[in-house]
Amino acid sequence: MKCDIILAGVGGQGILSIAATIGLAAVEQNLFLKQAEVHGMSQRGGDVQSHLRLSDSEIFSDLIPHGGADLIISVEPMEALRYLPWLSENGWLVTNSVPFVNISNYPEAGEVLAELDKAGNTIVLDADSIARDLGSTRSGNMVILGAASSFISMPFSALEDAVRKMFSRKGEEVVEVNLKALRAGRDAAAAR
Amino acid sequence: MHKLLLLGDEAIAQAALDAGLSGMYAYPGTPSTEIMEYIQASPQAAADGIHREWSSNEKTAMEAALGMSYAGKRAMVAMKHVGLNVAADAFINSAVTGVNGGLVVVSADDPSMHSSQNEQDSRFYGRFAMVPVMEPRNQQEAYDMIFEAFALSERYRLPVLFRITTRLAHSRSSVARRDRIAQSSVSMPSDPRRFILLPAIARRQYRALAEAYEKLYTDDAVDGLNRLKTGNGRGTGVIACGIAYNYLMENIADRAGDYHVLSVGAYPLNREKVAALVDNCDRVLVLEEGYPIIEEQLRGLLDRDVKVLGRMDGTVPRDGELNPSIVATALGLKAGQGREVPLLVRQRPPSFCKGCGHADMYQALTEVMAEAGQGRVFADIGCYTLGALPPYNIVNSCVDMGASVTMAIGAADAGLFPAVAVIGDSTFTHSGMTGLLDAVIKNSPITVIISDNYTTGMTGGQKSQATDRLENICLGLGVDPDHLKVIVPLKKNHEENKAVIRNELNYHGISVILARRECIQTASRSKKARAAEKDKSKE
Repeated sequence: MKCDIILAGVGGQGILSIAATIGLAAVEQNLFLKQAEVHGMSQRGGDVQSHLRLSDSEIFSDLIPHGGADLIISVEPMEALRYLPWLSENGWLVTNSVPFVNISNYPEAGEVLAELDKAGNTIVLDADSIARDLGSTRSGNMVILGAASSFISMPFSALEDAVRKMFSRKGEEVVEVNLKALRAGRDAAAAR
Repeated sequence: MHKLLLLGDEAIAQAALDAGLSGMYAYPGTPSTEIMEYIQASPQAAADGIHREWSSNEKTAMEAALGMSYAGKRAMVAMKHVGLNVAADAFINSAVTGVNGGLVVVSADDPSMHSSQNEQDSRFYGRFAMVPVMEPRNQQEAYDMIFEAFALSERYRLPVLFRITTRLAHSRSSVARRDRIAQSSVSMPSDPRRFILLPAIARRQYRALAEAYEKLYTDDAVDGLNRLKTGNGRGTGVIACGIAYNYLMENIADRAGDYHVLSVGAYPLNREKVAALVDNCDRVLVLEEGYPIIEEQLRGLLDRDVKVLGRMDGTVPRDGELNPSIVATALGLKAGQGREVPLLVRQRPPSFCKGCGHADMYQALTEVMAEAGQGRVFADIGCYTLGALPPYNIVNSCVDMGASVTMAIGAADAGLFPAVAVIGDSTFTHSGMTGLLDAVIKNSPITVIISDNYTTGMTGGQKSQATDRLENICLGLGVDPDHLKVIVPLKKNHEENKAVIRNELNYHGISVILARRECIQTASRSKKARAAEKDKSKE
């Protein structure tokens, strides 16, 4: 088993919380894991990505080869497209549909969605509204993770346990809302 | 012991703590910052009373670490690659004095310049200083090698340079810990005059250094980290340095027997081992992050004995970090190929955070400079370098820590008036103060704007040595109190701030403007922390 994931977004959107959740779950599942992050200057509102590799055997490279990713998880639609060179032929792309516009030449939102349509195996969902409906605008990342969960080679309950661990310090309420977000993402993806 | 999920940086930090570290010294710099941050956050380090304060710059860090080593304790110093330039004087001479307690110098290179001005290769410095260099292949090895590094340092009485690159520094994997080693107690160097580099002593020490370096080639503590695996038949040999080995194995794991591979984890590299590889192969591909150092040595000046492939002949791109695809192509294998990036995907360069004080400072400066003329703003290393990008396009230079002040001085010497330096608070105490002294002494007609956000911002908000000291430092250096101004870069103060900047720009002498407002990131973090504290006290 191997599962190579590109996580994408804009600096400050918190893709590392998704990475950390999957990472925690992977450790519990006794999987090998490597996860390359971006720190430093590009974090300031620039495009950021993380390569997350899971396997039941030794992983060599910290970086995923081009055309090798099984999954792109993105919290921003244009950023999802940036990493198509890494996506394998049968790979899946799961992304938030809500643009993060901090540049003056951001493309027309409709064109971005049309381009995502062309990409093949995609799940595009408005994670922001789903999170808002649950009463927690900050849980959009967990919605996206939930939507991608069926493509990550581990039981859903492992991700739930990881969410509990991740947020336990912040109290039961925060844990519950993030679990709800995770499940809502999974259900929204399944409905497609 | 259970495994930890650690960044390469964190693995190094945890290893140092477990290997009996007594003092950690550093100045923040991507991709090395998390080493010190991990130690500062470690309950183990707190319980053991490990020294873990930031230093003013890499030179002071290196020297303090050498001082701790002199006193017999294990010390580590960490910096980004260009920080080693700042620390170079102390570093090179620490090889001549030698050490007492184990001394490990971590230098984190940044090939592809993710967050840097160049991609210099620290291994070059190792050779220059004639000290052993270790270059771990993965997080576990980074952890384990720190133990070897301290032991080797104490056995040879030499500092050990520990070279990592961005991908290892900032990639996470599981790491198994070893049993802890106790800290050493204070002890004097066996030769009390070794640290006095008067010419007569330095000559003796230098000769001993050259002899020691020759022994390192074949010492098992170095050579043992370089593994030769002989393949079937002749064909291609590969020398893979550090993490390049991972990219190699990513491509050939299922047919590793087809290649002769020398996986390099430490330097200087045993000549016999290289010969054993070369003699078995028709050609040798050299894979190294950074400069073609081993490649160049292998080719020699004449480059005609061995068929060598690498960065120098274009088999591997001359610049930039390696990755699995580049290595596949270099091996003559088919590199994986995904889809093209759609044309509508736009560049998304880094930008100031919403509400950043630097942005308000630049808004005022940009408007004033429109009156004064273009090409007159010398900036420095930090978030505020982003003033070079739209909408400001106001910054004309970013070279090295502190160069804003001194380049403005030189430009003023040439007749450029007005000339402006923009420097952050932490960069100012790192390397700006001496330049300001120069400006004071000759009363250079420049304006220095210290954009003070009370933190070392770009690396994530570490403590700034400048906080609450800038007025005293500037006055102490001799800045005229009438030309030391403080402004608060907020929109409501915009016109007032412009007037202050305009006045000082027109002054024919040295003036300093402290543009002061807390970093928006650290402000929101401390606000959250205060709120959490309040919640706690309510419970």
